[in-house]
Amino acid sequence: MTNPFTTQRHPRLKTLLGSVLVASSLLLGAAQAEDKLKVGFIYVSPIGDAGWTFQHDTGRKALEEKFGDKIEIKVLDSIPEGAEAERVTRELASSGHKLIFGTSFGYMNPMLKVAKTFPDTHFEHATGYKTTDNLGNYNARFYEGRYLAGMVAGSMTKDNKLGYVAAFPIPEVLQGINAYMLGAQSVNPKIEMNVVWVNSWFDPGREREAADTLIDQGADVITHHTDSTAAVIAAQEKKKYAIAYHSDMSKYGKDAHLTAVTHHWGDYYIKQVQSQLDGTWKPGSIWGGIKDGMVDLAPMSDAVPADVKAKVEAAKGKIKDGSLHPFAGPVVNQDGKEVVAAGGNMSDEDMSKMDFYVKGITGKLPK
Amino acid sequence: MNADTVILILVATITAGVPLIFAALGELVVEKSGVLNLGVEGMMIVGAISGFMVAAESGQLWLGVLAGAGAGMLMALIFAFITLTLMANQVATGLALTIFGIGLSAYMGQAYSSVALEGIKSLHIPLLSDLPVLGQLLFSYDPLVYLALLLFPLLVWFLYHSRGGLVLRAIGESPTSAHALGYSVIRIRYQAVLFGGAMAGIGGAYLSLAYTPLWAEGMTAGRGWIALALVVFATWRPGRVLLGAFLFGGVTIAQFHVQGLGVDIPSQFLSMLPYLATIAVLVLISRNAKTIRLNAPASLGQAFHREVH
Amino acid sequence: MLFKLQPRPQPSQRMVWLSPLLAIALMLLVGMVIFTLLGQSPLKAFHAFFIEPINDMYGLGELLIKASPLALIALGLSVGFRANVWNIGAEGQLTIGAIAAGGVALWFYESESIWVLPLMLMAGALGGMLWAAIPALLRTRFHTSEILVSLMLVYVAQLLLSWLVHGPWRDPDGFGFPQSRQFTESALLPVMLEGTRTHAGIWLTLIALVMVFVFMRWSVVAFQMRVAGLAPRAADYAGFNAKRTIWIGLLTGGAAAGIAGMNEIAGPIGQLSMPLSPGYGFAAIIVAFVGRLHPIGILLASLLMALLYLGGESAQMQLALPAAVSGVFQGLLLFFLLATDVLIHFRLTPTWRSKA
Repeated sequence: MTNPFTTQRHPRLKTLLGSVLVASSLLLGAAQAEDKLKVGFIYVSPIGDAGWTFQHDTGRKALEEKFGDKIEIKVLDSIPEGAEAERVTRELASSGHKLIFGTSFGYMNPMLKVAKTFPDTHFEHATGYKTTDNLGNYNARFYEGRYLAGMVAGSMTKDNKLGYVAAFPIPEVLQGINAYMLGAQSVNPKIEMNVVWVNSWFDPGREREAADTLIDQGADVITHHTDSTAAVIAAQEKKKYAIAYHSDMSKYGKDAHLTAVTHHWGDYYIKQVQSQLDGTWKPGSIWGGIKDGMVDLAPMSDAVPADVKAKVEAAKGKIKDGSLHPFAGPVVNQDGKEVVAAGGNMSDEDMSKMDFYVKGITGKLPK
Repeated sequence: MNADTVILILVATITAGVPLIFAALGELVVEKSGVLNLGVEGMMIVGAISGFMVAAESGQLWLGVLAGAGAGMLMALIFAFITLTLMANQVATGLALTIFGIGLSAYMGQAYSSVALEGIKSLHIPLLSDLPVLGQLLFSYDPLVYLALLLFPLLVWFLYHSRGGLVLRAIGESPTSAHALGYSVIRIRYQAVLFGGAMAGIGGAYLSLAYTPLWAEGMTAGRGWIALALVVFATWRPGRVLLGAFLFGGVTIAQFHVQGLGVDIPSQFLSMLPYLATIAVLVLISRNAKTIRLNAPASLGQAFHREVH
Repeated sequence: MLFKLQPRPQPSQRMVWLSPLLAIALMLLVGMVIFTLLGQSPLKAFHAFFIEPINDMYGLGELLIKASPLALIALGLSVGFRANVWNIGAEGQLTIGAIAAGGVALWFYESESIWVLPLMLMAGALGGMLWAAIPALLRTRFHTSEILVSLMLVYVAQLLLSWLVHGPWRDPDGFGFPQSRQFTESALLPVMLEGTRTHAGIWLTLIALVMVFVFMRWSVVAFQMRVAGLAPRAADYAGFNAKRTIWIGLLTGGAAAGIAGMNEIAGPIGQLSMPLSPGYGFAAIIVAFVGRLHPIGILLASLLMALLYLGGESAQMQLALPAAVSGVFQGLLLFFLLATDVLIHFRLTPTWRSKA
């Protein structure tokens, strides 16, 4: 298996063959109908005003702006993971969509199955780890943004207590939690953090209750790795600070919103569609970070002092040029064990299997 | 955990119980009239989205609450027409109402998921809200919380001390005799069902306008069913509905606090607690068949037709 | 009022079968109005909704694999519903059935034994029955409402599945993502039609159909259960065992839902993951009622419901209509059915002629 977490592409002989096939199928397609590329998007939830799907749809809009009449985009939202996803993907493929983006982890195996039966259709799966000749995957190094957000949180807390509303204890979420904590500790060694799990990606009621609980337990800066705006709203109402995720959520918390770790897919989508149009599409395994413009920090609010802003911007520059890695050693876990030795950075592979809390996070990681 | 935290937990418990109080007190009146409406979840969620839509479009939160009540009533009207006028099976119709409500709300809410809305704010009562301890415990809520708490004594008065309440209960116990005495069983049951719908609608609107405040598909998350369970738990007595709602709210909030304390239990098991607690409480209450038989309205769930009876 | 309901001396047998058709007609009529209001041509919308999804082999196959769990669960539920045993937690029983069957598949990971599938089937049925036994026990022992208990257990079952796929049963090579390993060949149901996903689970549904048909038609127990459902007092006098009715009603539904869960993971999904079902356990309640709690009716109703699901997707694709429209249709269908059912026991007579 190829390592899923590299920003490098691995062109292989087979994919060369694949692109020849594509070129020919495009020619055939051109003979049949107008030579418009049909692109499909499959979302797991309604698009809404903020959140994971909204950010992907913003990327989709960038595509429309860039290519205009040259492509035709079909969007299917609220498609549940599992058996439904396979049918919907297949429908898109069989109705002539040559490039299909699926933006939820649970679409991986269904897309893989469809990819096998449609060898000259190209599939792009977000957040997965499997690749084939016509299925690539892409994801972003959200933890880089989390580290910077942690620096903001660590500087802004008065009681040295942070709160984190999290969905499920999977590596991607743990990367975020730990990077945030390390970022906070880099500016404020006395910091403590509580994590509450809500067991759902999207359940505003529970997210709200969890955020309230964290605030009641003394946290004065709240962040979340769930899909709704509930945590930001809770912080706004209780006059605490919040750091949003996925989207800039400043309109949900005028005073509370300090910044947000934001996702940006537009450039990637444009690149992939362009390569499809040029007939040079290849399956990749993309894990892009701040450097690639896939992750960013939303503008910091006026509440954040200028010196903090400057410090964060400096760190951002260092992450970009590679001189700062959020998981640079020494990283010590909750039990006091050193997981990354001084002088080294955590490898992509180790990060992809992360299953610990770093020191300073209270409570035990549910196993 | 210090005293402050305890107070904060109590405050969170009370707000978590409020949507249940509305829905369960409404259903209590419905069941007292001898009608079993299992569609509470459906009415609640349609109330939640309708309230949210109207509030988001008009910018008037109170209009939203009214819209929630109105939408709940419309849903209840469907139920009433099918079960009271057309005498269909109440259990099946209630289930249908829930399934329909969940679908309809998802449809109505397409454009409203994660739309920003300034929710209903807590009241700040001069002096009282600033009192130490009591200020927070008693005077830090939004108006709907007080409305829910006000509803309780009103309902007790209505059910047990007013003529209308007596008639309502008589119809629930024996529709045939009430009919013989010249009361319109169907009309009064219609009124009860519509009241129940309005209350469920307000309960839903509370979730989307004050509690979260957001709209999300399926956001009632089984609260309508828990409200139904509360009515049984309360053995059809309003006071116990209140108690049950706070108990349930407490369990919901406690699971997050337990997580924060670092107890080594997977969070999924903690999330099961409210549902398991509901089952446990139901078992405790219904264990003694007599309490149920004595307290449940005798004609609960049965259709009534003048010419058949 | 222009019309008045008059009790019929005998329930109308004709209306028993006519009322579902009437309900479907009414649903289509209302659908027409809704589509027109949404600014769509009703004809185009109907084409997208009811023809498009099944105009090729693959589409027909999809119809079958969606109808199969709906029919299977509805068949199981109908046994209880006929006796007024209200198991509405089939979604939870499906989940536990899938967990049990999935446990077997994972235990025998990479085994090539032909016994894996039969064992999974048994585990699925037992898992569903176990979950349904809880409300049965609490109902018979403590008089606790099976409606509420079975429903609460849906949430518990789903959380249990969530814990398993996030914790102990997580794919060790899956980079921590919440799903189990993909089952190996021996734990997957064979595909029946080339080029579709139609799997052997269809046969299980057909077998269940025959079994329920025979049971309802010829068994004394089924007769007793029906009497118990229609007239509990009479059943008491006749000495029919009310507890047995509850147990049979719930366990049959549980077994059917458990097998449906096994079919989903051994069929189209091929592993344990979240979510397992798009609400089959709840939709099956509608199927059972629209199908008149009769096996043949259930079969037809399950096809209709499956078509409504597929139609919703196709309408989204063709006309950019929100998929939630299917939920609205499903609810409407059940309302109309319940409403038209009044004609079984009552006659609609114009008031100006019913002086007598």
